[in-house]
Amino acid sequence: MPVHHARRAPYVCASCIRRLHHVAPRITRTYATSGPKTAISAAAERSPRPSLRAPARAVHLRRNEYSTSTRKPLRLAIIGSGPAGFYTAQRLMRQVKDAVVDMYEKLPVPYGLVRFGVAPDHPEVKNCQDSFEEVAASTRFNYIGNVEVGKTLALADMKPHYDAILFAYGASEDRKLSIPGEDLPGVYSAREFVGWYNGHPQFSHLKPELDKGERAVIVGQGNVALDVARILVAPLNQLRKTDIAEHAVAALSRSKIKRVEVVGRRGPLQASFTVKEVRELMQFPKVGFKSTGLRSFYPPEGIHTLPRVQKRLAMVLQQGAPIDKHDHKKRWELSFLRSPHAIHAKKNRLNQVIGNRVDSIEFQKTNFVPDANPFSEDAKVHPTGEMVTTEASMVFRSIGYKSTPLPGLSDLGVPFDEKLGIIPNDVHGRIISPSAGPGNLSAGHLPGLYAVGWVKRGPTGVIVNTMMDAFTTADIIAQDWSTNVPFLNTEKGSDASTGLGWDGVKDTVLAQGVIPVDWEAWKRIDKAERERGKQVGKVRWKFADTEQMKAAAGLASSWNPQKMKATAGLA
Amino acid sequence: MHSFARNRRRFSSTPISQHNHLDPPKPGEERHVTFITKEGESFTFEVADGDNLLDIAQENDLEMEGACGGSCACSTCHVIVESEDMYNKMEEPDDDENDMLDLAFGLQETSRLGCQVKMSKELDGLVVRLPSMTRNLQASDFESK
Repeated sequence: MPVHHARRAPYVCASCIRRLHHVAPRITRTYATSGPKTAISAAAERSPRPSLRAPARAVHLRRNEYSTSTRKPLRLAIIGSGPAGFYTAQRLMRQVKDAVVDMYEKLPVPYGLVRFGVAPDHPEVKNCQDSFEEVAASTRFNYIGNVEVGKTLALADMKPHYDAILFAYGASEDRKLSIPGEDLPGVYSAREFVGWYNGHPQFSHLKPELDKGERAVIVGQGNVALDVARILVAPLNQLRKTDIAEHAVAALSRSKIKRVEVVGRRGPLQASFTVKEVRELMQFPKVGFKSTGLRSFYPPEGIHTLPRVQKRLAMVLQQGAPIDKHDHKKRWELSFLRSPHAIHAKKNRLNQVIGNRVDSIEFQKTNFVPDANPFSEDAKVHPTGEMVTTEASMVFRSIGYKSTPLPGLSDLGVPFDEKLGIIPNDVHGRIISPSAGPGNLSAGHLPGLYAVGWVKRGPTGVIVNTMMDAFTTADIIAQDWSTNVPFLNTEKGSDASTGLGWDGVKDTVLAQGVIPVDWEAWKRIDKAERERGKQVGKVRWKFADTEQMKAAAGLASSWNPQKMKATAGLA
Repeated sequence: MHSFARNRRRFSSTPISQHNHLDPPKPGEERHVTFITKEGESFTFEVADGDNLLDIAQENDLEMEGACGGSCACSTCHVIVESEDMYNKMEEPDDDENDMLDLAFGLQETSRLGCQVKMSKELDGLVVRLPSMTRNLQASDFESK
């Protein structure tokens, strides 16, 4: 076995170069491996990245001068700048050494759910942004923020200029309960509430009514439900130092919510929240926990007979919160076997509606179906007909996110599965359509079209799931590229793509008066957010408004289309 | 909040300048650790006491992501200790580490998070395997959701 010494000379920090250079997995011989990185080439790759220009064009022209058989560099558009898009870009740019990636984002600011989904009191989860910054620092990466594909820019207009388009736009809606009273004031989707406390521009004006009563009911038992519960009961002095929106701190300081009930259709062994999130809720000072009849859901032989993950979760639930029952100021509760039936406004004794906002939520009790194993994760339940009503001054629905079709998908022949809420794909990430199959009998791959993240596999999983999913998609794109299968503009075996990427479409965008945000502009927003955060004792004070973001980027004055063209030409 | 205390790198705007360089081992205190990659290749490194497996892997360009920057908040630096004896020499994983291991792909009896395993005299000669992810991705991520 060869012994490599941890130090090499001349020494260049491996962390600086590790993401730019990796030994590629041997999927095929064509793009496998290069030797150890030298200090010189590492330094070259770290050269500062110019703004939105297209080095690919220069490269491909030069290449074509020498050989017609050499392919142009892979030009990929990624739609969405969340972790799925970034991890795919990272892996693909390592695998395909000359691939150039244009990442489109409809907001001025990047990172998707890492910025707007991950709870503010989980800052360590956001450390993946460090990796994404290194991806964005590459000269082969262009960030194009504030450009909404499907609205500002049509997919059909992008197609001629790219070899591949990767859909990484996630899940922009949430699943509804579809019960009466769901639209009453005081009923919120967890998605909009999460967006609100995380400073998402779309939800910054939500004004949730936290001061109308003491009881909040959250329908659904995933980690988003527990995030909402945690924000409602957590000590505010812990939250205010995080990057939580200042409007949320102000509203939470007036909150009267004392009891938060998290309700699920099935039992604790079927709940999809994870043990870390439960444990956190058990560790706040002065926050109690209650769940009646927990023991009845566990095997009579004891919880030690459960599989590891369920067992550890059951132990934390059984243990509960360490504080005395009467010593708590706030309490969170878990209720099981309840299916939401209706949400009601206040009624008088004659059963006439006298309120204009939520007052209670009515559940139908459920039971495990007769042939179900109640200890199994996928045990099913059915309604019993017995009703139970819970007082509620706020109701949150948290039963999952949902992807929607991007406008113009059909122009590229991309189908959308409304039932699963995903773009149909072959599990690896190749988008498939029945119309592309041989003789239309089976589904075939639509050349050059790929999906990743929640729009590919549905809205579940933590960062590790998304990362591995992204690596799978990146590997498959790299494999397709190396095996010369048809891509987006392959006609009769030859590539008809212009290879221009963003340069081919930016005039269309600029003509509409839309100002794209490039990576340098985002870094200015980033810096401004940190600086104003420091002044109020927060790690970051996000701009919760797109106009503020653009102003912080100084874009209105500095963006000059003529200058950009000149830069691109020089490249 | 307990999660704050162990956080070493957060919200870094300058990742390239802010990382921890590993110091070379003192003479006579060289420890050896071997990583077996997904492809089955072995790489042995000479490292110092106190170095954690995530830092060692990243310093040597092995494919280990460490999405949370080594703060025990994800399971992307999951490794499997080859020898049970060696596993038993380590301190037991704490609750936070086990919570994250619960979410890891291909969890084994001797699974650990690389960021939580620090090299020491007792662990000299440690061999760990990087889990193969593609197989596990399909098994656990696409079934009956």
